[in-house]
Amino acid sequence: MTTLKVDVHHVTRVEGHGNIVVDVQNGVLKQCDLQIVETPRFFEAMLRGRPYLDASHLTSRICGICAVGHATASLRATEQALGVTPSPQTTLLRKLNFHGEILDSHILHIYMLVAPDYLGVGSVIPLAQSAPDVVLRALRMKQLAGDLCAAICGRHTHPISMTVGGFTHFPSLETLRELRARLVASRADCDATIELLAGLDFPRFERDTEYVALHKGEEYCFIDGVIDSSDGGRWDLEDYRLITNETIVPHSSAKHTRHQRDSYMVGALARFNINHDKLHPRARAAAEALGLAPKVINPYLIAAAQAVEVVHCTEDAILLIDQLLEMGIRHEEPAAPTRLTGEGVGAAEVPRGTLFHHYQIEDGAIVGANCVIPTGQNLANIELDMRALVPTILDRSQEDITLALEMLVRAYDPCISCSTHMLNVRFV
Amino acid sequence: MKPKVAFFEFTSCEGCQLTVLDTLQRHPELLEVIEIVQFREAMSERGEDYQIAFIEGSCTRPSDEAKIREIREQAQIVVALGACAHLGGINAIRNRMPLEQTREYVYGDKKDWFETYPARPLSAVIEVDAVIPGCPIDRKEFATAVTHLLQGRKPAIPDYPLCIDCKLTENVCMFLRGQTCLGPVTRAGCEAICPAQGQGCEGCRGLIPSPNMHSIKQALREHGMTEDQIAAKLSLFLTYQTMQLEGVTPA
Repeated sequence: MTTLKVDVHHVTRVEGHGNIVVDVQNGVLKQCDLQIVETPRFFEAMLRGRPYLDASHLTSRICGICAVGHATASLRATEQALGVTPSPQTTLLRKLNFHGEILDSHILHIYMLVAPDYLGVGSVIPLAQSAPDVVLRALRMKQLAGDLCAAICGRHTHPISMTVGGFTHFPSLETLRELRARLVASRADCDATIELLAGLDFPRFERDTEYVALHKGEEYCFIDGVIDSSDGGRWDLEDYRLITNETIVPHSSAKHTRHQRDSYMVGALARFNINHDKLHPRARAAAEALGLAPKVINPYLIAAAQAVEVVHCTEDAILLIDQLLEMGIRHEEPAAPTRLTGEGVGAAEVPRGTLFHHYQIEDGAIVGANCVIPTGQNLANIELDMRALVPTILDRSQEDITLALEMLVRAYDPCISCSTHMLNVRFV
Repeated sequence: MKPKVAFFEFTSCEGCQLTVLDTLQRHPELLEVIEIVQFREAMSERGEDYQIAFIEGSCTRPSDEAKIREIREQAQIVVALGACAHLGGINAIRNRMPLEQTREYVYGDKKDWFETYPARPLSAVIEVDAVIPGCPIDRKEFATAVTHLLQGRKPAIPDYPLCIDCKLTENVCMFLRGQTCLGPVTRAGCEAICPAQGQGCEGCRGLIPSPNMHSIKQALREHGMTEDQIAAKLSLFLTYQTMQLEGVTPA
């Protein structure tokens, strides 16, 4: 009978600190945990008492990768609470900025965190020698994404000019035209990305689960909308607790979420499964080239779904810039609050999935805050995937099993230092 | 022999290490002069033989101190990377709040399940040889710092206020625009990126030597800020430093 112990202390090539611990004794799976050992960060407590204008700046520091996403969800929560209606230009600029972050994060994940596993190396650095064109392409795409964010909000890591009701700085039409030209030119890089992923040998592991993502009309939704589930049902953002209802389970060091099943998935694959028909036609074609058709239930294919979103966001960014160029950029003052006391929920589909910020504001100061991040929502699902996977690969070497588990965790692109809402327990 | 370099992170958002990745991708020549032996976020290899350690993040729990000391013992040069490592950063906001209340607000009756204590900069735990300030760090400043370290010099960071950067950038003063700014007491070196984007300085690079705190508070008051708003502004990144100036120990 098989006995196996896996103990990956600090999974590499993910954001933040997590450990994989698996214990199989005589063929029986005794323990299978993704432990979160990141320090508690206390953002919700730190928000209390602060002026509402600080919230997006403070919460963008939850995460260096999805700083724009946190700022956007934070601003929407504040605006809902204070009755602020942003202008059409603000909405367009936010969407464009958001695409920049999705592109940056997905390229980082696909090329720098995931691809090395499939290409048999420990990091992207040796690839610079063996596959320089791949690395140069990734760098080119990442720089474009970073430059896009910098043009709209001043800086990708912790945006500056996004504020409640609008922006404090505006890109010039010339900057937008330059970005448009670069986005159009990057279609070739998008195509090559799809080609790269089509050539990767993704593990054939499938486990059906509930997929949750935001939904809004005919849009492939990233900001606002309602909460949609592949198991059926739609909920208003204000009812987010009905979906996320956090629970504590004995085998895990972090708060887990569950909705209609024992776990659910958020992120690129969940968005693809729910909003596939709203993708840009070029992105739908890319999905077809990758053999992706909803519902995709192999979690290793999250990277493939991200590549489809890379195509979509590139195309949609071009369309958004066209709209902005047609309208012209107006230097407008941010829309003002209609009240200084209220409560609001903001949501966004950040690279790793649905993010909720929920604030209570009194006389302009935040008195209550709750942030539910995508990685927290995915943790239970990752563990159930691991539990389903391990028994099917016990005939392999310890090294191969460890790699398969690391690749599974990495597929979810977990963002562990976003752990605003996670418990930290030391096992003895 | 290229110097061996390692990256570590404690309590932070890892945004400074992402900025390092961004710098390396824009300046690939840096990879030809250093050898990175450890960078958990970017690579699986893990070498323990390094001369230069860049540490991101602040120390927020007693059990992290041992690892921080271990890095100090191994490395010839320890560089604090970014506001969390340099100043305690935003993590120190909670240092002015009762710790038990903070724990309870986020984790309820499970508050004792995890370990934490008031956030502190690296320099409160070990001797730090150099600092790259900012939240996040500035790409150019990181590239320059590496060059300085290779030349056997300590990375030079400005000790004059941000107002100088602002003038050089030809920004209109935030106070003249009817807004507020911590530029007069904050260390320069970021090319005044926030004022250039229409936002006042938040002080992420830390206080200049001998800042005139009385005067900046007066200026903020004259621009219509309440005492609570002033306290909030001075505590976004500067909690640890201002508590030190006031001689207050964390709750």
